[in-house]
Amino acid sequence: MLLKRVFGKPEKFSMYYKQILYEIDSLGIGSLWLIAIISVFMGGVITIQSAYNFTSPFIPLYAVGLGTRESIVLEFSPTIVSLILAGKVGSNIASEIGTMRISEQIDALEIMGINSAGYLILPKVVAAMFINPFLITISMFLGVLGGYIMGVASGACTSYEYIFGIQSFFIPFNIYYSLTKTVIFAFIITSVSAYHGYYTTGGALEVGKASTRSVVYNSILILVANLVITQLMLV
Amino acid sequence: MIEIKNINKSFGDRKVVNDVSFVFETGKTNIVIGESGSGKTTILKVMVGLHAPDSGVVEYDGRPFTQQSEKEKQEVRKEIGMLFQGGALFDSLTVEQNVAFPLDMFTNMSQEEKNERVNYCLAKVKLEGRNKLFPAELSGGMKKRAALARAIANNPKYLFCDEPNSGLDPKTSLVIDALIKEITQDLGMTTVVITHDMNSVMEIGQKILFIYKGNNWWTGTNKEILTTDNEEILDFVYASEFLKQLKPRK
Repeated sequence: MLLKRVFGKPEKFSMYYKQILYEIDSLGIGSLWLIAIISVFMGGVITIQSAYNFTSPFIPLYAVGLGTRESIVLEFSPTIVSLILAGKVGSNIASEIGTMRISEQIDALEIMGINSAGYLILPKVVAAMFINPFLITISMFLGVLGGYIMGVASGACTSYEYIFGIQSFFIPFNIYYSLTKTVIFAFIITSVSAYHGYYTTGGALEVGKASTRSVVYNSILILVANLVITQLMLV
Repeated sequence: MIEIKNINKSFGDRKVVNDVSFVFETGKTNIVIGESGSGKTTILKVMVGLHAPDSGVVEYDGRPFTQQSEKEKQEVRKEIGMLFQGGALFDSLTVEQNVAFPLDMFTNMSQEEKNERVNYCLAKVKLEGRNKLFPAELSGGMKKRAALARAIANNPKYLFCDEPNSGLDPKTSLVIDALIKEITQDLGMTTVVITHDMNSVMEIGQKILFIYKGNNWWTGTNKEILTTDNEEILDFVYASEFLKQLKPRK
Protein backbone atom coordinates (compact mmCIF):
# COMPACT_ATOMS: atom_id res chain seq x y z
CA MET A 1 0.00 0.00 0.00
CA LEU A 2 2.74 2.43 0.99
CA LEU A 3 4.83 1.56 -2.07
CA LYS A 4 1.83 2.20 -4.31
CA ARG A 5 1.60 5.70 -2.88
CA VAL A 6 5.37 6.18 -3.06
CA PHE A 7 5.36 5.46 -6.79
CA GLY A 8 2.24 7.56 -7.45
CA LYS A 9 2.37 10.42 -9.96
CA PRO A 10 4.35 13.37 -8.52
CA GLU A 11 2.45 16.65 -8.06
CA LYS A 12 5.31 18.63 -9.62
CA PHE A 13 8.35 16.96 -11.16
CA SER A 14 10.65 19.95 -10.58
CA MET A 15 10.05 19.78 -6.80
CA TYR A 16 10.80 16.05 -6.75
CA TYR A 17 13.91 16.59 -8.88
CA LYS A 18 15.16 19.24 -6.42
CA GLN A 19 14.45 16.87 -3.55
CA ILE A 20 16.33 14.01 -5.27
CA LEU A 21 19.41 16.24 -5.64
CA TYR A 22 19.13 17.19 -1.96
CA GLU A 23 18.90 13.52 -0.94
CA ILE A 24 21.85 12.53 -3.15
CA ASP A 25 23.89 15.07 -1.22
CA SER A 26 22.44 14.17 2.17
CA LEU A 27 22.35 10.36 1.91
CA GLY A 28 25.21 9.78 -0.53
CA ILE A 29 27.85 12.48 -0.34
CA GLY A 30 27.25 12.75 3.41
CA SER A 31 28.30 9.11 3.81
CA LEU A 32 31.42 9.34 1.65
CA TRP A 33 33.93 10.03 4.42
CA LEU A 34 32.69 7.19 6.60
CA ILE A 35 32.81 4.76 3.67
CA ALA A 36 36.28 5.97 2.63
CA ILE A 37 37.78 5.49 6.09
CA ILE A 38 36.18 2.08 6.65
CA SER A 39 37.17 0.84 3.17
CA VAL A 40 40.83 1.83 3.46
CA PHE A 41 41.21 0.19 6.87
CA MET A 42 39.25 -2.93 5.96
CA GLY A 43 41.27 -3.33 2.74
CA GLY A 44 44.44 -3.15 4.81
CA VAL A 45 43.21 -5.70 7.34
CA ILE A 46 42.04 -8.12 4.64
CA THR A 47 45.50 -7.95 3.01
CA ILE A 48 47.38 -8.60 6.25
CA GLN A 49 45.05 -11.45 7.24
CA SER A 50 45.39 -13.02 3.79
CA ALA A 51 49.19 -12.83 3.93
CA TYR A 52 49.12 -14.25 7.47
CA ASN A 53 47.08 -17.26 6.30
CA PHE A 54 48.92 -17.94 3.04
CA THR A 55 51.81 -19.84 4.64
CA SER A 56 52.08 -22.66 2.13
CA PRO A 57 55.04 -22.34 -0.30
CA PHE A 58 52.68 -23.60 -3.04
CA ILE A 59 50.56 -20.43 -2.80
CA PRO A 60 52.22 -17.53 -4.61
CA LEU A 61 52.28 -14.20 -2.79
CA TYR A 62 50.36 -12.45 -5.57
CA ALA A 63 47.36 -14.40 -4.20
CA VAL A 64 47.26 -11.80 -1.42
CA GLY A 65 46.31 -9.10 -3.93
CA LEU A 66 43.95 -11.46 -5.73
CA GLY A 67 42.23 -12.50 -2.47
CA THR A 68 41.92 -8.93 -1.27
CA ARG A 69 40.36 -7.81 -4.55
CA GLU A 70 37.86 -10.68 -4.62
CA SER A 71 36.87 -10.21 -0.95
CA ILE A 72 36.34 -6.50 -1.43
CA VAL A 73 34.54 -6.63 -4.77
CA LEU A 74 32.32 -9.61 -4.03
CA GLU A 75 31.40 -9.10 -0.41
CA PHE A 76 32.95 -6.31 1.61
CA SER A 77 32.02 -3.28 -0.50
CA PRO A 78 28.51 -4.23 -1.64
CA THR A 79 27.30 -6.08 1.45
CA ILE A 80 29.25 -4.90 4.50
CA VAL A 81 29.25 -1.27 3.38
CA SER A 82 25.50 -1.54 2.68
CA LEU A 83 25.04 -2.91 6.22
CA ILE A 84 26.96 0.10 7.53
CA LEU A 85 24.77 2.39 5.40
CA ALA A 86 21.70 0.61 6.79
CA GLY A 87 22.85 1.79 10.22
CA LYS A 88 23.78 5.33 9.25
CA VAL A 89 21.32 6.21 6.48
CA GLY A 90 18.52 3.85 7.57
CA SER A 91 18.29 5.21 11.12
CA ASN A 92 18.53 8.75 9.75
CA ILE A 93 15.60 8.20 7.36
CA ALA A 94 13.43 6.46 9.98
CA SER A 95 14.02 9.13 12.62
CA GLU A 96 13.58 12.03 10.16
CA ILE A 97 10.27 10.76 8.80
CA GLY A 98 9.18 9.56 12.25
CA THR A 99 9.77 13.02 13.71
CA MET A 100 7.87 14.57 10.82
CA ARG A 101 4.99 12.20 11.60
CA ILE A 102 4.75 12.97 15.33
CA SER A 103 5.18 16.73 14.81
CA GLU A 104 2.28 16.73 12.29
CA GLN A 105 4.52 17.79 9.37
CA ILE A 106 3.26 14.81 7.36
CA ASP A 107 -0.35 15.79 8.15
CA ALA A 108 0.51 19.30 6.95
CA LEU A 109 1.70 17.89 3.61
CA GLU A 110 -1.44 15.77 3.27
CA ILE A 111 -3.72 18.71 3.99
CA MET A 112 -1.93 20.78 1.36
CA GLY A 113 -3.01 18.11 -1.12
CA ILE A 114 0.44 16.56 -1.43
CA ASN A 115 1.04 12.80 -1.56
CA SER A 116 3.30 12.80 1.51
CA ALA A 117 4.56 9.24 0.95
CA GLY A 118 5.59 10.09 -2.59
CA TYR A 119 7.17 13.43 -1.75
CA LEU A 120 9.12 12.19 1.27
CA ILE A 121 10.08 8.64 0.28
CA LEU A 122 10.43 8.50 -3.52
CA PRO A 123 13.34 11.00 -3.71
CA LYS A 124 15.20 9.03 -1.02
CA VAL A 125 14.69 5.72 -2.84
CA VAL A 126 15.73 7.16 -6.22
CA ALA A 127 18.70 9.05 -4.73
CA ALA A 128 20.06 6.01 -2.88
CA MET A 129 19.58 3.67 -5.85
CA PHE A 130 21.44 6.18 -8.00
CA ILE A 131 24.29 7.21 -5.69
CA ASN A 132 25.03 3.97 -3.80
CA PRO A 133 26.65 2.21 -6.80
CA PHE A 134 29.07 5.17 -7.03
CA LEU A 135 29.78 4.94 -3.30
CA ILE A 136 30.38 1.22 -3.52
CA THR A 137 32.67 1.64 -6.55
CA ILE A 138 34.68 4.21 -4.58
CA SER A 139 34.71 1.80 -1.63
CA MET A 140 36.09 -0.98 -3.87
CA PHE A 141 38.85 1.26 -5.18
CA LEU A 142 39.79 2.54 -1.71
CA GLY A 143 39.64 -0.96 -0.21
CA VAL A 144 42.08 -2.30 -2.80
CA LEU A 145 44.24 0.81 -2.33
CA GLY A 146 44.21 0.34 1.47
CA GLY A 147 45.29 -3.27 0.92
CA TYR A 148 48.17 -2.15 -1.27
CA ILE A 149 49.38 0.45 1.26
CA MET A 150 49.20 -1.96 4.21
CA GLY A 151 50.53 -4.95 2.25
CA VAL A 152 53.61 -3.11 1.05
CA ALA A 153 54.16 -1.14 4.27
CA SER A 154 53.95 -4.26 6.45
CA GLY A 155 56.10 -6.33 4.08
CA ALA A 156 53.31 -8.89 3.58
CA CYS A 157 53.93 -8.71 -0.18
CA THR A 158 55.82 -6.57 -2.64
CA SER A 159 54.25 -3.83 -4.70
CA TYR A 160 54.75 -5.93 -7.86
CA GLU A 161 53.12 -9.05 -6.34
CA TYR A 162 50.11 -7.11 -5.08
CA ILE A 163 49.50 -5.31 -8.37
CA PHE A 164 50.01 -8.53 -10.31
CA GLY A 165 47.51 -10.20 -7.96
CA ILE A 166 44.77 -7.61 -8.36
CA GLN A 167 45.13 -7.82 -12.16
CA SER A 168 44.98 -11.62 -12.28
CA PHE A 169 41.87 -13.67 -13.12
CA PHE A 170 39.65 -10.62 -13.22
CA ILE A 171 36.02 -11.42 -14.05
CA PRO A 172 34.11 -8.25 -15.09
CA PHE A 173 30.77 -9.97 -14.29
CA ASN A 174 31.71 -9.76 -10.59
CA ILE A 175 31.47 -5.97 -10.74
CA TYR A 176 28.05 -6.24 -12.39
CA TYR A 177 26.98 -8.71 -9.68
CA SER A 178 28.20 -6.38 -6.91
CA LEU A 179 26.53 -3.30 -8.29
CA THR A 180 23.27 -5.20 -8.85
CA LYS A 181 23.34 -6.18 -5.18
CA THR A 182 24.10 -2.59 -4.22
CA VAL A 183 21.07 -1.21 -6.07
CA ILE A 184 18.77 -3.79 -4.45
CA PHE A 185 20.25 -3.11 -1.00
CA ALA A 186 19.77 0.64 -1.55
CA PHE A 187 16.07 0.03 -2.26
CA ILE A 188 15.77 -2.11 0.88
CA ILE A 189 17.54 0.44 3.11
CA THR A 190 15.45 3.41 2.01
CA SER A 191 12.05 1.76 1.68
CA VAL A 192 12.20 -0.27 4.92
CA SER A 193 13.48 2.70 6.94
CA ALA A 194 10.92 5.04 5.42
CA TYR A 195 8.14 2.54 6.20
CA HIS A 196 9.12 2.39 9.88
CA GLY A 197 9.37 6.17 10.09
CA TYR A 198 6.13 6.82 8.20
CA TYR A 199 4.04 4.63 10.48
CA THR A 200 5.50 5.92 13.76
CA THR A 201 2.88 6.79 16.35
CA GLY A 202 3.40 8.38 19.75
CA GLY A 203 6.37 10.49 20.76
CA ALA A 204 10.16 10.71 20.87
CA LEU A 205 10.50 7.26 22.43
CA GLU A 206 8.64 5.66 19.51
CA VAL A 207 10.81 7.54 17.00
CA GLY A 208 13.86 5.97 18.64
CA LYS A 209 12.23 2.54 18.55
CA ALA A 210 11.29 2.97 14.88
CA SER A 211 14.87 3.92 14.10
CA THR A 212 16.24 0.82 15.88
CA ARG A 213 13.62 -1.42 14.26
CA SER A 214 14.52 -0.12 10.82
CA VAL A 215 18.22 -0.98 11.33
CA VAL A 216 17.36 -4.50 12.54
CA TYR A 217 14.95 -5.23 9.66
CA ASN A 218 17.33 -3.67 7.11
CA SER A 219 20.23 -5.84 8.30
CA ILE A 220 18.21 -9.06 8.18
CA LEU A 221 16.69 -8.28 4.78
CA ILE A 222 20.07 -7.33 3.31
CA LEU A 223 21.59 -10.62 4.48
CA VAL A 224 18.67 -12.64 3.10
CA ALA A 225 18.69 -10.71 -0.19
CA ASN A 226 22.46 -11.20 -0.41
CA LEU A 227 22.01 -14.95 -0.20
CA VAL A 228 19.21 -15.02 -2.77
CA ILE A 229 21.03 -12.76 -5.27
CA THR A 230 24.26 -14.72 -4.89
CA GLN A 231 22.40 -17.97 -5.50
CA LEU A 232 20.68 -16.50 -8.56
CA MET A 233 23.67 -14.77 -10.12
CA LEU A 234 26.76 -16.76 -9.17
CA VAL A 235 25.63 -20.36 -8.91
CA MET B 1 -19.33 27.29 3.44
CA ILE B 2 -18.53 23.93 5.01
CA GLU B 3 -21.35 21.71 6.17
CA ILE B 4 -20.98 18.60 8.29
CA LYS B 5 -23.96 16.27 8.46
CA ASN B 6 -24.49 13.54 11.07
CA ILE B 7 -20.79 12.81 11.63
CA ASN B 8 -20.04 9.72 13.72
CA LYS B 9 -16.58 8.51 14.60
CA SER B 10 -15.37 5.78 16.96
CA PHE B 11 -11.92 4.47 17.84
CA GLY B 12 -12.40 0.83 18.76
CA ASP B 13 -15.28 0.66 21.23
CA ARG B 14 -14.94 4.31 22.19
CA LYS B 15 -17.37 6.63 20.45
CA VAL B 16 -15.66 10.00 20.08
CA VAL B 17 -18.05 11.93 17.82
CA ASN B 18 -21.78 11.27 17.96
CA ASP B 19 -24.08 12.49 15.19
CA VAL B 20 -22.66 16.02 14.92
CA SER B 21 -24.06 18.39 12.30
CA PHE B 22 -23.14 22.03 11.78
CA VAL B 23 -22.75 24.72 9.12
CA PHE B 24 -19.48 26.71 9.11
CA GLU B 25 -20.20 30.02 7.39
CA THR B 26 -18.02 31.87 4.91
CA GLY B 27 -16.40 35.12 6.08
CA LYS B 28 -16.89 34.21 9.74
CA THR B 29 -14.62 32.73 12.38
CA ASN B 30 -16.50 29.58 13.33
CA ILE B 31 -15.29 28.21 16.64
CA VAL B 32 -15.56 24.66 17.96
CA ILE B 33 -15.13 24.55 21.72
CA GLY B 34 -15.26 21.87 24.35
CA GLU B 35 -13.27 20.23 27.10
CA SER B 36 -10.10 18.28 26.33
CA GLY B 37 -11.06 14.90 24.94
CA SER B 38 -14.53 16.02 23.93
CA GLY B 39 -13.92 15.22 20.23
CA LYS B 40 -13.11 18.67 18.80
CA THR B 41 -9.85 17.69 17.11
CA THR B 42 -11.39 14.48 15.80
CA ILE B 43 -14.13 16.54 14.13
CA LEU B 44 -11.48 18.76 12.54
CA LYS B 45 -9.47 15.75 11.34
CA VAL B 46 -12.62 14.24 9.83
CA MET B 47 -13.34 17.56 8.12
CA VAL B 48 -9.92 17.75 6.46
CA GLY B 49 -9.84 14.05 5.63
CA LEU B 50 -7.12 12.89 8.04
CA HIS B 51 -9.73 10.57 9.62
CA ALA B 52 -12.54 8.86 7.72
CA PRO B 53 -15.89 9.18 9.52
CA ASP B 54 -17.83 6.00 10.39
CA SER B 55 -20.85 7.73 8.87
CA GLY B 56 -21.90 11.22 7.86
CA VAL B 57 -20.92 13.71 5.20
CA VAL B 58 -18.60 16.72 4.99
CA GLU B 59 -19.44 19.16 2.19
CA TYR B 60 -17.23 21.99 0.93
CA ASP B 61 -19.53 24.41 -0.89
CA GLY B 62 -21.75 21.53 -1.85
CA ARG B 63 -18.92 19.14 -2.81
CA PRO B 64 -19.32 15.88 -0.85
CA PHE B 65 -15.68 15.64 0.35
CA THR B 66 -16.10 12.43 2.37
CA GLN B 67 -17.50 10.59 -0.64
CA GLN B 68 -14.90 11.80 -3.12
CA SER B 69 -12.01 9.77 -4.51
CA GLU B 70 -8.52 10.42 -3.13
CA LYS B 71 -7.67 12.41 -6.28
CA GLU B 72 -10.76 14.61 -5.94
CA LYS B 73 -10.00 15.11 -2.25
CA GLN B 74 -6.51 16.33 -3.13
CA GLU B 75 -8.07 19.01 -5.34
CA VAL B 76 -10.26 20.22 -2.44
CA ARG B 77 -7.26 20.13 -0.10
CA LYS B 78 -5.42 22.57 -2.33
CA GLU B 79 -8.08 25.09 -1.24
CA ILE B 80 -7.45 24.37 2.45
CA GLY B 81 -4.98 26.11 4.75
CA MET B 82 -4.33 24.69 8.17
CA LEU B 83 -2.65 26.01 11.28
CA PHE B 84 -1.55 23.07 13.42
CA GLN B 85 -1.33 23.08 17.18
CA GLY B 86 2.48 22.84 17.10
CA GLY B 87 2.85 24.84 13.88
CA ALA B 88 4.12 21.80 11.91
CA LEU B 89 6.65 23.94 10.07
CA PHE B 90 9.15 21.93 8.03
CA ASP B 91 12.33 21.89 10.15
CA SER B 92 14.74 21.75 7.23
CA LEU B 93 13.28 24.85 5.54
CA THR B 94 13.60 28.52 6.48
CA VAL B 95 10.54 30.61 7.27
CA GLU B 96 10.33 31.93 3.70
CA GLN B 97 10.83 28.47 2.21
CA ASN B 98 8.05 27.17 4.45
CA VAL B 99 5.69 29.92 3.34
CA ALA B 100 6.69 29.48 -0.30
CA PHE B 101 6.27 25.69 -0.17
CA PRO B 102 2.62 25.53 -1.34
CA LEU B 103 3.42 28.11 -4.02
CA ASP B 104 6.40 26.04 -5.25
CA MET B 105 4.26 22.93 -5.32
CA PHE B 106 1.04 24.17 -6.86
CA THR B 107 1.71 27.34 -8.83
CA ASN B 108 3.85 28.38 -11.76
CA MET B 109 4.70 31.76 -10.24
CA SER B 110 8.05 33.33 -11.07
CA GLN B 111 10.59 33.62 -8.24
CA GLU B 112 9.86 37.34 -8.05
CA GLU B 113 6.11 36.76 -7.70
CA LYS B 114 6.72 34.14 -5.06
CA ASN B 115 9.00 36.44 -3.07
CA GLU B 116 6.33 39.14 -3.25
CA ARG B 117 3.64 36.77 -2.03
CA VAL B 118 5.85 35.41 0.76
CA ASN B 119 6.68 38.92 1.96
CA TYR B 120 2.99 39.88 1.82
CA CYS B 121 2.03 36.85 3.95
CA LEU B 122 4.84 37.44 6.43
CA ALA B 123 3.84 41.10 6.71
CA LYS B 124 0.24 40.01 7.30
CA VAL B 125 1.36 38.00 10.34
CA LYS B 126 3.87 40.66 11.46
CA LEU B 127 6.96 38.59 10.71
CA GLU B 128 8.73 40.91 8.30
CA GLY B 129 12.48 40.40 8.13
CA ARG B 130 12.41 36.88 9.62
CA ASN B 131 12.55 35.22 6.19
CA LYS B 132 15.89 33.47 6.65
CA LEU B 133 15.32 32.05 10.14
CA PHE B 134 14.76 28.33 10.69
CA PRO B 135 11.79 27.11 12.79
CA ALA B 136 14.17 26.11 15.61
CA GLU B 137 15.20 29.77 15.90
CA LEU B 138 11.62 31.03 16.40
CA SER B 139 9.65 31.52 19.62
CA GLY B 140 6.33 29.67 20.08
CA GLY B 141 4.28 32.69 19.00
CA MET B 142 6.48 33.33 15.97
CA LYS B 143 6.17 29.68 14.92
CA LYS B 144 2.38 29.98 15.04
CA ARG B 145 2.50 33.17 12.99
CA ALA B 146 4.87 31.64 10.43
CA ALA B 147 2.57 28.61 10.20
CA LEU B 148 -0.39 30.95 9.70
CA ALA B 149 1.51 32.72 6.91
CA ARG B 150 2.12 29.34 5.24
CA ALA B 151 -1.55 28.42 5.69
CA ILE B 152 -2.73 31.52 3.80
CA ALA B 153 0.08 31.60 1.19
CA ASN B 154 -1.91 29.85 -1.52
CA ASN B 155 -5.07 31.95 -0.97
CA PRO B 156 -7.09 29.16 0.62
CA LYS B 157 -10.88 29.28 0.65
CA TYR B 158 -10.98 27.38 3.94
CA LEU B 159 -8.76 27.94 6.98
CA PHE B 160 -8.55 25.47 9.87
CA CYS B 161 -6.80 26.34 13.13
CA ASP B 162 -6.21 23.64 15.72
CA GLU B 163 -5.69 25.17 19.17
CA PRO B 164 -3.97 28.27 17.77
CA ASN B 165 -3.27 29.65 21.26
CA SER B 166 -2.05 26.58 23.08
CA GLY B 167 1.23 27.22 24.85
CA LEU B 168 1.12 30.96 24.24
CA ASP B 169 0.95 33.82 26.75
CA PRO B 170 -2.34 35.79 26.86
CA LYS B 171 -0.91 38.77 24.99
CA THR B 172 0.48 36.71 22.11
CA SER B 173 -2.78 34.75 22.04
CA LEU B 174 -4.66 37.99 21.44
CA VAL B 175 -2.30 38.82 18.55
CA ILE B 176 -2.93 35.42 16.94
CA ASP B 177 -6.70 35.77 17.46
CA ALA B 178 -6.71 39.22 15.90
CA LEU B 179 -4.72 37.91 12.93
CA ILE B 180 -7.12 35.05 12.36
CA LYS B 181 -10.11 37.37 12.47
CA GLU B 182 -8.48 39.95 10.21
CA ILE B 183 -7.35 37.38 7.65
CA THR B 184 -10.78 35.72 7.61
CA GLN B 185 -12.54 38.99 6.91
CA ASP B 186 -9.97 40.42 4.50
CA LEU B 187 -9.68 37.26 2.41
CA GLY B 188 -13.31 36.13 2.78
CA MET B 189 -12.43 32.65 3.98
CA THR B 190 -14.41 30.05 5.86
CA THR B 191 -12.43 29.75 9.08
CA VAL B 192 -12.80 26.97 11.62
CA VAL B 193 -10.98 27.36 14.94
CA ILE B 194 -10.72 24.55 17.44
CA THR B 195 -10.01 25.84 20.93
CA HIS B 196 -10.78 25.63 24.61
CA ASP B 197 -9.51 29.14 25.22
CA MET B 198 -12.44 31.32 26.33
CA ASN B 199 -10.51 34.50 25.49
CA SER B 200 -10.46 33.39 21.84
CA VAL B 201 -14.14 32.57 21.97
CA MET B 202 -15.01 36.02 23.25
CA GLU B 203 -12.58 37.83 20.94
CA ILE B 204 -13.30 36.19 17.60
CA GLY B 205 -16.13 33.67 18.00
CA GLN B 206 -18.75 34.76 15.49
CA LYS B 207 -20.37 31.35 15.36
CA ILE B 208 -19.79 28.75 18.05
CA LEU B 209 -20.30 25.00 18.25
CA PHE B 210 -19.96 23.54 21.75
CA ILE B 211 -19.06 19.84 21.79
CA TYR B 212 -19.81 17.88 24.93
CA LYS B 213 -18.82 14.20 25.15
CA GLY B 214 -18.78 13.99 21.36
CA ASN B 215 -22.23 15.53 20.93
CA ASN B 216 -23.36 18.82 19.37
CA TRP B 217 -24.46 20.31 22.67
CA TRP B 218 -24.99 23.98 21.92
CA THR B 219 -24.60 26.50 19.09
CA GLY B 220 -24.66 30.28 19.21
CA THR B 221 -22.49 33.41 19.16
CA ASN B 222 -19.94 34.84 21.58
CA LYS B 223 -22.57 37.16 23.00
CA GLU B 224 -25.09 34.41 23.54
CA ILE B 225 -22.63 32.10 25.28
CA LEU B 226 -22.51 34.28 28.41
CA THR B 227 -26.26 34.42 28.76
CA THR B 228 -27.13 30.81 28.01
CA ASP B 229 -28.66 28.71 30.75
CA ASN B 230 -27.10 25.50 29.47
CA GLU B 231 -25.46 23.98 32.55
CA GLU B 232 -22.56 22.24 30.74
CA ILE B 233 -21.67 25.43 28.86
CA LEU B 234 -21.73 27.45 32.05
CA ASP B 235 -19.51 24.89 33.77
CA PHE B 236 -17.09 25.19 30.86
CA VAL B 237 -17.13 28.99 30.65
CA TYR B 238 -17.00 29.59 34.38
CA ALA B 239 -14.51 26.84 35.17
CA SER B 240 -12.20 28.50 37.72
CA GLU B 241 -13.11 29.16 41.36
CA PHE B 242 -12.86 32.88 40.68
CA LEU B 243 -15.15 32.79 37.66
CA LYS B 244 -17.64 30.54 39.44
CA GLN B 245 -18.50 33.53 41.65
CA LEU B 246 -19.54 35.41 38.49
CA LYS B 247 -21.63 32.53 37.18
CA PRO B 248 -25.24 33.62 36.62
CA ARG B 249 -27.69 31.95 39.02
CA LYS B 250 -30.89 30.45 37.72
